[in-house]
Amino acid sequence: MAALTTPSAATTPVTPRRRSHQARRREAGAGWLFTAPALALVLLFIALPVLMALWVSITDWRGRGSPFAAGVPVVGLQNYTDLLAGGGLPTQDLGTALRNNLWYVLLVVPTQTVVALLLATAVNNRLLRGRGFFRTAFYFPSVTSSVAITVVFLFLFGASGAVNQVLAWLGINGPNWFADPDGVLHLLFGAVGIDSAPAVLADHGLLGVSWWDWLAGPSVAMTALIILAIFTTSGTFMLLFLAALQNIAGEVSEAATMDGANAWQRFVHVTVPMLRPTLFTVLTLGLVGTWQVFDQIYTGTQGGPAKTTITPAYLSYTSSFVNQQWGQGAAIAFILFAIIVVLSLVQRAVLKER
Amino acid sequence: MSESTSTRRPRSGRRARRSLATCAVLAAGVLVLSACGGSGFSDTGSQGSSDGASGGGQLQVLIGSSGQAETTAVTDAVAAWSKESGTPARVSAASDLAQELSQGFAAKTPPDVFYVSSDLFNSYAASGALEAYGDQLSNADDFYPVLKQAFTRDGKLYCAPKDFSTLALVINTDLWTKAGLTDADIPTTWDQLKTVAQKLTGNGVVGLSTSAEYSRLGAFMAEAGGGLVEDGKATADSAQNVEALKYVQSLMADGSYKFAADLGAGWGGEAFGTGKAAMTIEGNWLVGSMASDYPDVEYEVVELPAGPAGKGTLTFTNCWGVAADSKNKEAAVKLVEDLTSSDQQLSFAKAFGVMPSLQSAAQPFQQEFPAQAAFLAGASYATAVPNQEGVSDVITDLNSQLEGLANGDPQAILQRTQTNLETALKSSGS
Repeated sequence: MAALTTPSAATTPVTPRRRSHQARRREAGAGWLFTAPALALVLLFIALPVLMALWVSITDWRGRGSPFAAGVPVVGLQNYTDLLAGGGLPTQDLGTALRNNLWYVLLVVPTQTVVALLLATAVNNRLLRGRGFFRTAFYFPSVTSSVAITVVFLFLFGASGAVNQVLAWLGINGPNWFADPDGVLHLLFGAVGIDSAPAVLADHGLLGVSWWDWLAGPSVAMTALIILAIFTTSGTFMLLFLAALQNIAGEVSEAATMDGANAWQRFVHVTVPMLRPTLFTVLTLGLVGTWQVFDQIYTGTQGGPAKTTITPAYLSYTSSFVNQQWGQGAAIAFILFAIIVVLSLVQRAVLKER
Repeated sequence: MSESTSTRRPRSGRRARRSLATCAVLAAGVLVLSACGGSGFSDTGSQGSSDGASGGGQLQVLIGSSGQAETTAVTDAVAAWSKESGTPARVSAASDLAQELSQGFAAKTPPDVFYVSSDLFNSYAASGALEAYGDQLSNADDFYPVLKQAFTRDGKLYCAPKDFSTLALVINTDLWTKAGLTDADIPTTWDQLKTVAQKLTGNGVVGLSTSAEYSRLGAFMAEAGGGLVEDGKATADSAQNVEALKYVQSLMADGSYKFAADLGAGWGGEAFGTGKAAMTIEGNWLVGSMASDYPDVEYEVVELPAGPAGKGTLTFTNCWGVAADSKNKEAAVKLVEDLTSSDQQLSFAKAFGVMPSLQSAAQPFQQEFPAQAAFLAGASYATAVPNQEGVSDVITDLNSQLEGLANGDPQAILQRTQTNLETALKSSGS
């Protein structure tokens, strides 16, 4: 387009090769011009704040005035070394937060993906009556405010809440969910007679948290939050799977049927492979979202009981806003960023089409 | 904050799938950062801290209110002062005081006058955000020394203690008489406390319940003669502290002391108000919430029983901070002087149940609220919760350990706290 409207291009004799080269350059220029407004916004509101936060993470800015003002002490990588190798309370807290969040991710991501896929398959079934109703019902938790849902869950999982009452009908004495710091795996180990840590696990550890404590599993309180996360996000991802399922032409399934595949085989060998790109999206978004869990912690447990629900995002918030350790808070955010990037890349490599 | 929510809500496939990974990763990073970066720089404080603050005329007062009663009382008091002095002032109640103050400090447009909690005082003072106006106050000598101490840094009194509260033993009188106890049984020693707690336990009632935190159990440490910090040195693992926690453990072993969370209550006052516990250890804020939430429960407030080292309790306080970046510091200090005057504090006491921070106001307070005499009596022997920089983190960690006290090892808990405390005190340089 640029070539046609520019007179010089028409009048100057140029070799076809050069001409196309020039035209491409013009097109590129126009491209930049058209994207400039959006690009400027992205730089201003995304790239710049990121760089500013990166700067804060290498300073000991105490939250007064601009972090770029003269007199803000630059401490280099000290915030990072304090967190990762200091061995003190900041390291222990980060270790605990990563432990908690790791279990959260390990349990939420696969479960929500599977549940979302099953829900999508169910509501995609043409034979199901009232599909619209179920679609709305399953999606509903996703559009409800997470604060509201967290509050409802606090009541449901209270010491004498609905969940425990239902368990009581079944003769089970339910735990005091949001006040129980015991690790689920520790409870399981306890059930088979392993009550205390073997010396090997107790004496060594990572980030100030012993291996035995890494193996604690999510606390009972965190388990309730895990159920909450699965409940709220499965509907969202169901929608993604549903869109993908509706893109799969009926002929594919018919062809498979002709080849003698039964329903389960069609699902595993035909449908799921065709959903791979969506699966990748869902897993990536799930991974990113779960590593950043914050709102349920902030509104629900505030990190308790016994710090078993603190997460890096929440820790970053408290370091910054509550303790005024802005540098440390920003450093935690970047450590979390690094973890998410690495894990996303690993996941990408694993799911790559071979 | 809201950003981290939105990451879990994918905006359905608007990008080509190939680039999705890159986009997601990029977006992830950005969102992580914006959780802490965004609000610090770009937002100049939309909630009450920006408007008019730079004008130099109107004073902005930001309070962390306990409820409507407090907001109204402070607003009225400030309005009356404005009328008298001719300086306009506006009171806003923060929904998250620490966060809103942070925004104001970063943007250099903080409110002129605001509440400062004692545990945040040192970090605010260290950053230079607070004006040290203590020497300009005419009533500075009248504040309780333990309260002034909490807001003094490098020998300078930074801000005026707003009011204070202490811990006392609160007894449900109905359950007390039902258990066959009389006024003569009111415990004054640990042994007596143990006895009455046992007697009160039964029929779905626990003798004593508090929340599992240092700011309650610390009273036992004080009664045993211990404490976390003495003369700037960490003393968490002292024999006295171990003795205190062992005593608490022995009550728990009897089943006569349970943490509020184990009773399905959010705090001691809730366990007490709902009748799940016959006694609790709380501060004077309990009076207000009992009146509004559990008006039918009859109770009595007595001093905490003495431990091996005598009487002990903890005190909690806030102060009126004046921003170093305020355009109108002189008027701000005058306002604080008015708000901390004896008369004003007594009317606050009436409105929302706090105790005046002035020693001269003790007498009138006592006459007005004889039922709260025990809280006031605590002022003479109370110790403050240590508030050096970084110590609040250590206390948070200690609290997380105390939740498991029933089956825990007091020595190990305190040892860990000692290590953390030593590090914190070293880096805070005090």
